[in-house]
Amino acid sequence: LPSQQTAGHKGACGSQKKKEGGERVSAVLLRCVSLSFMLASCIHVSLCSDGEWDLNWCDVGWLRENFDHSYMEEHVRICHFRNHYELTRKNLMVKNLKRYRKTLEREAGRLEASKCDFFPCTFVLPSEYHIFVEEFKRSPGSTWIMKPVARSQGKGIFLFRKLKDIIDWRKDGSRSEEQKDEAQVESYVAQRYIENPYLIAGRKFDLRVYVLVTSYIALKAWLYRDGFARFSNTRFSLSSIDDQYVHLTNVAVQKTSPDYDPEKGCKWQMQQLRQYLTAKHGFETVQTLFKEIDNIFIRSLLSVQKTIINDKHCFELYGYDILLDQDLKPWLIEVNASPSLTASSQEDYDLKYRLLEDTLHIVDMEGRLTGKEKRVGVFDLMWNDGPVHMDVGLEALGSSCLVANTHLGCVNDRQKQLQQLLKPFPGQKRT
Amino acid sequence: MITENPVDITSVLMDESAELSVSVTQIVQRLKGTHLHSQLEKQAKECLHKPEIKLETLKDDVRRLLKASGWERKLQNAVYRELHILPPSGHPRAPPEHTKEPLEYMCKAQVNWEKRILKSLNSMCTELGIPLARKRPVPEQKELTNKWNEMGTDEPGNADTNNLTCSRLHLDVLVGLRNPNNERSEDLTVRSHWGLIQVSLNVRDIPQMREMYPELGLTYGQLGIDDHTHVPPDLFESEHIHIGKKVVSEQDSAAAQQYSRQGCPTGLRAQLWSLILNTTNDPEDITHYEQLKARVINHDLLVDNLIYKDVKLTASNDDYYFVFEDYLYQVLLCFSRDTAVLEHFSYNSATPPKSCIQNKSGSEQCAMVYPPNGVIPFHGFSMYVAPLCFLYNEPSTLYRVFREMYIRYLFRLHSVSSHPSGIVSLCLQFERLLQTHLPQLFYHLREIGAQPLRIAFKWIVRAFSGYLSTDQLLLLWDRILGCDSLEIVAVLAAAVFAFRAENLMEVTSLASAEAVLADLSTLKVMPLLQIFLFATSV
Repeated sequence: LPSQQTAGHKGACGSQKKKEGGERVSAVLLRCVSLSFMLASCIHVSLCSDGEWDLNWCDVGWLRENFDHSYMEEHVRICHFRNHYELTRKNLMVKNLKRYRKTLEREAGRLEASKCDFFPCTFVLPSEYHIFVEEFKRSPGSTWIMKPVARSQGKGIFLFRKLKDIIDWRKDGSRSEEQKDEAQVESYVAQRYIENPYLIAGRKFDLRVYVLVTSYIALKAWLYRDGFARFSNTRFSLSSIDDQYVHLTNVAVQKTSPDYDPEKGCKWQMQQLRQYLTAKHGFETVQTLFKEIDNIFIRSLLSVQKTIINDKHCFELYGYDILLDQDLKPWLIEVNASPSLTASSQEDYDLKYRLLEDTLHIVDMEGRLTGKEKRVGVFDLMWNDGPVHMDVGLEALGSSCLVANTHLGCVNDRQKQLQQLLKPFPGQKRT
Repeated sequence: MITENPVDITSVLMDESAELSVSVTQIVQRLKGTHLHSQLEKQAKECLHKPEIKLETLKDDVRRLLKASGWERKLQNAVYRELHILPPSGHPRAPPEHTKEPLEYMCKAQVNWEKRILKSLNSMCTELGIPLARKRPVPEQKELTNKWNEMGTDEPGNADTNNLTCSRLHLDVLVGLRNPNNERSEDLTVRSHWGLIQVSLNVRDIPQMREMYPELGLTYGQLGIDDHTHVPPDLFESEHIHIGKKVVSEQDSAAAQQYSRQGCPTGLRAQLWSLILNTTNDPEDITHYEQLKARVINHDLLVDNLIYKDVKLTASNDDYYFVFEDYLYQVLLCFSRDTAVLEHFSYNSATPPKSCIQNKSGSEQCAMVYPPNGVIPFHGFSMYVAPLCFLYNEPSTLYRVFREMYIRYLFRLHSVSSHPSGIVSLCLQFERLLQTHLPQLFYHLREIGAQPLRIAFKWIVRAFSGYLSTDQLLLLWDRILGCDSLEIVAVLAAAVFAFRAENLMEVTSLASAEAVLADLSTLKVMPLLQIFLFATSV
């Protein structure tokens, strides 16, 4: 199993891809050492020189430095949108969501806008410090969480209950040298901490779900059926907010917990979670919950639809972090543009391998798809310039209910589906 | 029964009805002491205040009212439950040890097995210097009360306790069983068994299984098959769920049991199993659980260490059950102290172990059952509880359901008896099924020193818990409850071998055979069972 870290400095490595039918050999440039192992298994890899790639699976650093200067031919694909950070940086995401909500309220009324109430009360610091203080004072005794906007894997996050805790922090205190040097003005968000998370056997967990966006105008998004729940290794309690291990469910944090047993893995597959919840709460309740989760994806993408610079070369695989509270309401914690692709177990490896493989199927550099598919492997088409519904069979004709085409946590027969899908038949038109 | 003498028929019928009336009396006796009885009395008395009651038709009116308010159904469920745990009826003069296990050699084997376990337990006691039981000092009690919901964070305080029994030892006991009436010679004869189990018991073959459990057949819809993605739900699933909801609302135990033969929908399973096992969550049940919890807090038992070790080694290392570690402690520690479990020894071939307690002066000795519930835990025991954590998270409900499942079915998996659902019969049934329908495979495995039972035993002892993925396991346990028998476990074991037969024919050693059968987590239970039971040519 590859065990390199995805975060941090990434090197460059080139690779080559052989097209089917022995056609012109094209090249894939890979800029992530860890990914090279994964993608190498998906497609044949060998070295090539810089600048001659067809598919660039790059990290966001490379993108920032090179995107504007690169010329990309028609068929070329790259795995990020130019300004993806509008969705994936916590402060910008909140800004976009708040603005979207306001617009919705103005245009469609309160009820419609309330569908955007899936993120906890958040303020960007230091710019919104004063309104934050107002809100803070209005709810004494509540817990807040401070997160750096551009970090990942749980770094720099802490909980607080008293203003004095952050005043100290602001002045000097625990901030590392690194943080003080950052030129960015808006570097933190303060968010209402969800004090009543849904617990399984006394433990807190969050959900990691994958959404693939192939275009923002018009918005086309795919939802991956599998995902997982990440458990914190210790029992949840509000009594000690300094205990990172209780509150932060990132695997990176849990890995350092003294309790952590790598054999355990503290992850559940999404199917497992869905079955557990269904057994506890019944089918309809869980159905509603997953519909609400779909709503989070769609509305968060819609909120940045007009801001993100659309580019037909770009696609992006997002890792959404969702938290459930005790009333089974889902909350959006954050969106990751570079979700971790390292694996903690064989099962995990298989999931991420399939995830990558199906992503490449949808990106479809070989032109095998017609463009009308509603399902590719484990991805279901969730939004295609409008909601996507399941194909109804004959028995359902006459019934007026439309079923959404998403199946998070449901069974999938991937092999069969892919076989049928990618089977070329004579006279098939390519887009 | 055909006899020429009409008087004989009458006497036979009278015998049968006599047997029935004995059972009826027994059940009535048992129910008299229960909470349900007092509730019914109370309800009947309240009925008297109702205007519709007339003195002339008092009995019928009260009966009618009780029926309408659902109390008759509750009584029916209680009677149904009693029928499940009724000790086998035997000759009126036979002592209870003979009725619960009629075969003497089985009895003897069980007794010897128990002796070995006790010896182990005692030597562990002396080696480690831990008493069998001790009262906890008050500060320790306080600490345990505070940590009740997170006992999993503790390291078991005591030194390395060797696992008391592991499946290999247990299997050797079964393999060593011999019926003294049969030929004594150890040589291979025509009458020898090719498998490991060398006793002859009456086990069902495929045609008999088909007859007994037709609902598992190809013409009946099944959850686990007909709820698959590409099958339209209108064909079976929606209707089945609809019926399931009705069964739950009717609160009918017997109907629930029949229903679950075709599988329980995930959203209804918890209620259906509760119904089948007739477990309630009345205040008295919660009180009972709290009492057990208090007993745990007050006294520390040696067997607690076995429980800790077992949970840490098995359930905590399982990808899906690790989360429930705390629940497992809460259930198993209380289970050890529940004297109500002793009732099941009236039909369990085992006998609860007794410990001698010496008076302070050292003179008096009295024998007390140890542990209080008479069941010594062993490696893998916690896996009986783990799947239930998926369905119930109220500790008292979880506890009740587990206890009922244990005293109805699970105890048979680790005591030596001739019962058709007992471990000996299940092993024999497994071997016979394989020998009859896959003789070449059986022969091949035997030749390379990989007796199939050596591999399948661990699955059977745990009723596949920890080997199948949880949703498949729950579908299997649906059928155990529905068919009121563990035979389905033996059939599944044979079906797994049949499924992997091709690969198994290629292996050349026990280790490689084990490797082929190491991972069952991708198996779909119901298709395998159906194909083996209903699509095998006989």
